[in-house]
Amino acid sequence: MHANNQAEKIKEISGVNPYKCMKCGKCSASCPSYNEMDIKPHQFVSYVINDDVEALVESKSLWKCLSCFACVERCPRNVEPGKLVDAARQLVVRQRGMDYLQADEIPELLDSELPQQLLVSAFRKYKR
Amino acid sequence: MQRIGVFVCHCGSNIAGTVDVKRVVEAIRTEPGVIHAEDYPYMCSEAGQQLIAKAIEEHKLTGIVVCSCSPRMHEATFRKAAANAGINSFMVEIANIREHCSWIHKDVEEGTEKAVILARAAIAKLNLDTPLQPGESRVVKRALVIGGGIAGIQSALDIADAGYEVDIVEKTPSIGGRMSQLDKTFPTLDCSACILTPKMVEAAAHEKINIYTYSEVEKVSGFVGDFKVDIRKKARYVDSTKCTGCGLCQEKCPSKKAPSEFNRGLNTRSAIYTPFAQAIPNVPVIDTENCLKFKTGKCGICQKICAAGAVDYEQQDEIITREYGAIVVATGFDTIKLDKYDEYAYSQSKDVVTSLELERIMNAAGPTKGHLERLSDGKAPKNIVFIQCVGSRCSDGRGKSYCSKICCMYTAKHAMLIRDKYPDTNVTVFYIDVRTPGKNFDEFYRRAVEDYHVNYVKGQVGKVMPQPDGSLLVQGVDLIDNKQIKMNADMVVLATAIEPDPSVRNIATMLTASIDTNNFLTESHAKLRPVESPTAGVFLSGVCQGPKDIPETVAQAGAAAVKAIGLLAKDKLTTNPCTAQADILLCNGCSTCANVCPYGAISYENIQINDHGIREERRVAVVNNALCQGCGACTVACPSGAMDLQGFSNRQILAEVDAICR
Repeated sequence: MHANNQAEKIKEISGVNPYKCMKCGKCSASCPSYNEMDIKPHQFVSYVINDDVEALVESKSLWKCLSCFACVERCPRNVEPGKLVDAARQLVVRQRGMDYLQADEIPELLDSELPQQLLVSAFRKYKR
Repeated sequence: MQRIGVFVCHCGSNIAGTVDVKRVVEAIRTEPGVIHAEDYPYMCSEAGQQLIAKAIEEHKLTGIVVCSCSPRMHEATFRKAAANAGINSFMVEIANIREHCSWIHKDVEEGTEKAVILARAAIAKLNLDTPLQPGESRVVKRALVIGGGIAGIQSALDIADAGYEVDIVEKTPSIGGRMSQLDKTFPTLDCSACILTPKMVEAAAHEKINIYTYSEVEKVSGFVGDFKVDIRKKARYVDSTKCTGCGLCQEKCPSKKAPSEFNRGLNTRSAIYTPFAQAIPNVPVIDTENCLKFKTGKCGICQKICAAGAVDYEQQDEIITREYGAIVVATGFDTIKLDKYDEYAYSQSKDVVTSLELERIMNAAGPTKGHLERLSDGKAPKNIVFIQCVGSRCSDGRGKSYCSKICCMYTAKHAMLIRDKYPDTNVTVFYIDVRTPGKNFDEFYRRAVEDYHVNYVKGQVGKVMPQPDGSLLVQGVDLIDNKQIKMNADMVVLATAIEPDPSVRNIATMLTASIDTNNFLTESHAKLRPVESPTAGVFLSGVCQGPKDIPETVAQAGAAAVKAIGLLAKDKLTTNPCTAQADILLCNGCSTCANVCPYGAISYENIQINDHGIREERRVAVVNNALCQGCGACTVACPSGAMDLQGFSNRQILAEVDAICR
């Protein structure tokens, strides 16, 4: 797939308009996984603007994002970079065709302490 | 039948470049009523105007059509030329063949065809024109200034110095506004009170200025030059004519738990109070919500101890009705509420403060007597974090989409003053952009960095977490180093966005002055009429029009005053005769027109009507010609076709449409 199309795909999946970003860094300031990430949340926006999707899909940040959505919640310009991370993950997951976790494995793993959001995130993430 | 002359302008190549002017002249020669037609390179020039005057005289013309630029450019020029040549100035029609035609067409054929059509429409309209006479209305030689901050005070002083009477209406017990709450002012660091108090005193002492404090505008009627305003003078429960301002009542008042508005609620005041030491007038008010006498009926100490006998619990609100020729709005601003910004822990920690609160903390008359200390435990903070753009530049619905403009400069000021007075205090500023346009502004900010070693970090703060030991853990990002920062602070200062004072909505409604989605008053033209409201006779001063600092506010206040003086200097105002009229035989008094009128120009009267021999009383619409701006909204809203606009009658509009469609 052409790189440009990939960036368009990310924008389409996420519904994010990266051009709204004013580079304030609120997303990276809020991120609890910041230190684990090679590409930081605020950088996702410029990577998409610059069509550098290849680096994004190779990035380990995709699998370090907790999907806590603090960046989505706090972004003052409604750019919501967490959705870009999510869309980049989708690109990877879709290309590999399936989720790592199977739905019927869930009841076994289920722990009442576990936030449901985490399960949903795990579905998407631990495909590596 | 009219005798019409048509004058087609080349405007150099502006029109002639895309319109075959000669062909236009030939095409319209045969139009009904046209006696004479000619073209000229510059119709607006002295020679062009003489040519029109000569033609009017020679051909005994009753009206002229000028095919030229937009009527906004030269309608007034040609009306004057026509009047000088002896015909009524409203017997002039402009066909806009420049902005509406030559400038937007590239093809000469198309341009010429359209120019001919536009000229035909103007001729058709002129055939139905009737001479109109502008009316006159009076100008009351007094101005009202709403708001007694630095903007209102400056506007009032400038108008009064020009010799006109001015009333200032201020809702709080004293004039002075936000500026009186500030400690120091950028970029010179002079004390705010030191430069403001003389202005307050000057306004109070000025023989032409009359100040109504603790008062609010309640009702506005009338129109430019002739406004009638009801002012509610709230009961102070202290007789201003007797009070000597000794302050004993405030000292002895047993109810001292009310949050001080002046100190932003950081400390308390007595129930009978003057907001601050330099208050003008120096006459206290009783806050009935906290006064024991009003709450329980027992107490009355202030009355007993007042040597002047000024305390009067029976005092009532008073309504004062005054007439004004001009109104200056100077309602100012407040900081936004921070309830949507939980991540900064403002509501959780006393040591997270807004910048305006910090002004009070730094001020010698403030809650800490000017000592920089934590409000939670009184300790001196060693690490202070400033966060910029709190609620500014936010388009996410939590804050304001605009830049509040003053925060970069006051934060540099705060940082510098703290580093100067407490050199062992570390100061960090998290910023998105540092915006310092203005004379000596960037130099000021650079001084904070270079001379005072304030740590500026490009990035935002994600969250502030109060710790068990009383400190504040600040998590932010440094975008230049690409590092997330976690640091301990003893105090966090939020550069909180400013918004127009909430009272402005009500005032704008009373004045029919338009406001934007952020509640800033709209100016008549963003560039060319920046201090005038679209509502005639209403002028804008200070932050009510948009965020600005003190020097800009003072400059705008002066500009608003000059515009008001320009109005007050006139003995009579000429009213536009192109106003609406109701045909009383068609009007059924349904109120549709009054509902759509943006100027409140339509009222209703019951009158005796003889309709084909049937005598009856009917409710009919009456247009106040001085208020009507001729927008025509009523004429299209009227279901019975009774409303018509003079100079733009329904017949004339349809004649134009017919001419275009012919």
